[in-house]
Amino acid sequence: MLTGSREFVLHDGAGAGPDVLHAVAGTVSDSIAWANGGPVTTRRRTWLDTFDWRLYRAGLTLEQVTARGRVELTLTGRDGEVLASEPLPADRKVSWPSLVAALPPGPLRELLEPVAGIRALSPVARAGSRVAELRAVNDDAKTIARLAVDRMSVTFPARGVAPARLTLSPVRGYQSQADKAARLLAGVPGVSAGRASALDTALAAAGCRPGELAGKAAAISLSPAMPAATAMAATLTALLDSLEANVPGTVRDIDTEFLHDLRIAVRWTRSALKLCRSALPDGLAARFEPEFRWLGDLTTPTRDLDVYLLGFDGMAAALIGATELELAPFRAYLLKSRAGAYRQLTRGLRSARFVRLTADWRAALAGVRAARKRPTVAQLADARIAAAHRKALRAGQLITPSSPAQSLHDLRKRCKELRYLVEMFGSLHDPAQRWQAVRELKALQDTLGEFQDAEVQRDEIRAFAGQMLADRSAPAETLLAMGEIAAGLAIRQRDARARFDGRFADFASPASQARLSELARTSAS
Amino acid sequence: MKIFATYNIKGGVGKTATAVNLSYLAAMDGYRVLLWDLDPQGAASYLFRIKPRVKGGGKALIQGRRSMDDAIKGTDFSGLDLIPADFTYRNLDLMLDSAKQPARRLAGLLAPLRKDYDVVFLDCPPSISLLSESVLHAADLLLVPLIPTTLSVRTLDQLTDFVSGFNGHKPDILAFFSMLDRRKRLHKQIAAELPAGRTDFAGAVIPAVSVIEQMSLHRAPVTAFATRSQAAAQYRDLWQEARDRAGLTAE
Repeated sequence: MLTGSREFVLHDGAGAGPDVLHAVAGTVSDSIAWANGGPVTTRRRTWLDTFDWRLYRAGLTLEQVTARGRVELTLTGRDGEVLASEPLPADRKVSWPSLVAALPPGPLRELLEPVAGIRALSPVARAGSRVAELRAVNDDAKTIARLAVDRMSVTFPARGVAPARLTLSPVRGYQSQADKAARLLAGVPGVSAGRASALDTALAAAGCRPGELAGKAAAISLSPAMPAATAMAATLTALLDSLEANVPGTVRDIDTEFLHDLRIAVRWTRSALKLCRSALPDGLAARFEPEFRWLGDLTTPTRDLDVYLLGFDGMAAALIGATELELAPFRAYLLKSRAGAYRQLTRGLRSARFVRLTADWRAALAGVRAARKRPTVAQLADARIAAAHRKALRAGQLITPSSPAQSLHDLRKRCKELRYLVEMFGSLHDPAQRWQAVRELKALQDTLGEFQDAEVQRDEIRAFAGQMLADRSAPAETLLAMGEIAAGLAIRQRDARARFDGRFADFASPASQARLSELARTSAS
Repeated sequence: MKIFATYNIKGGVGKTATAVNLSYLAAMDGYRVLLWDLDPQGAASYLFRIKPRVKGGGKALIQGRRSMDDAIKGTDFSGLDLIPADFTYRNLDLMLDSAKQPARRLAGLLAPLRKDYDVVFLDCPPSISLLSESVLHAADLLLVPLIPTTLSVRTLDQLTDFVSGFNGHKPDILAFFSMLDRRKRLHKQIAAELPAGRTDFAGAVIPAVSVIEQMSLHRAPVTAFATRSQAAAQYRDLWQEARDRAGLTAE
């Protein structure tokens, strides 16, 4: 939207209707009249965002417009101001979904990169626009504002016809006369001021809302008095929704976050089955636990290699003795291994076993009936959070400077379980209170995560080196460069170990314990 | 940002018609164009249907009391803006005289517009004055319309000598024949012979035809309302030569 431009909407069925151009042209004052602004133009419009609406949530709109064979990408801000607009040259055609890195270098890419991050941009809406233009002219027949009447037919995510959008843009230096034209326009029957963006309008016509976080494992709204069985069935069904929402993106390999979010849904589900099995009908957890373990294991190799590849540039840049070039065969090896792992993963996600798992699981959850009113979900949450908290504290207190790495790994698992429970039952707590309560837990988890990730990656790089040596895909300098990375990982792990005592002391402090314990008293309040 | 100026000491030789048509063609090429109508008669402003009036008058602009931004008006053509003429421009010499470094004043006023415009056209009034000197200092390329007479070529040589004496920035010069009357043997002869061997002459020749005069009826560039006319074709050729001469890359 240009500076000073005004947006109007034509409401269906009222007054001017489809003859809005005619109706507008009929409204003249002593100093302003309307004239034809040229032939009707058509354009194809595609709005792009990440699967989790990162641009929308940051107040940004990215639109690709194709008109007369020209393709242009425009990024606008919250008030419709153009932040960057770049034509896509014919030789740099981008097929969506694509990562931001696929765009030509320039201001647009620079603005998008920090917001979209590692997520791909995919079409979130598509529409065809027919734009007719009128000119508001003064008594010199000089154009003082342009009125674009945009009729949009939405084709994706569902078909729909949007109400006509009228945009009155003043010509520079004629703002006050354009304001008069705006007042004339506001008097046309059926026309009223409206500020919805074209994307919002397109999505509304398709019956959708932007910014809905499909695919993210998130706490659903629970009331404390709900029977625990009903609450758990609802929570697990929402997790299944999240899992399934990420399957198409994972199978199409759109970006690495689909698999990441799919794994989070699986991990939450497995933790819920383990920790809250008593709230579920007899045998239900035991029946599905092996299947979700299989699903978790199926996704691990690809995710591990994704993590490696995502951090690869950082690892390569940190080399001191070796050069990035020497590491190239390692990257090639990781990519090849990832392609193999991904084939296995997609085979699994397309298998009858996976289809059966999700269908049976959904049916089983739909059949869960609360036989008793108690325990309530608040009582279940209190008991489980308190128990997980106790276990984490105990596991941590047993760790001494001479404890093996495994004891820190075990503590990490206990902390994760506690955290999942806090998140899963999040709607029972005040968000600010929850945030305060898990502050030290988060810091401890970060340190434990760094300790374990460094160890796992170091073990893996050794295994990769062995395999690369065996199949003769690694020259000596590559193996040396990999050795330097392994040494760097060892240093990271040692530093994380050194930080552990302080982090655990913070977690075990009376104030932190009191805040966490408070979360386990929901049913009493 | 490249600055073009249409300049000739004589009036009625086609300076304004050239500035109006070339600025329109530059905008059609996709450049962001600003035309400054420096002639108090306001012909360029009139042709774009813009009232020849600047709030606060020329003095406020020259002295920097009013921002150039405030004076700019959009024309009916996308990418083409105009700073209108004002009757007070008849005293621009006096206003410049009281400014610091008067010969460099216009260049200084235009410098902040560099981010908003790719091309600026200055449409000068006919004179030799402090204003024209300031224009010559600001311009990258002087477009000099000449009626095909022996005397007008002498004027061009005088201008070239004058400009070559500048310290620092010197504008390039591109002369062209304007108002060529094909019925006049002398016009045809001079237009054919004089440019020979000179590098400061454009190949395009603007004819004396009524369609150019009709610009004041249509209040639009001939290149916009009579695109197929011979005059429009010659203006297009002239713009191409001027653009290449100034080193503008195609948009």
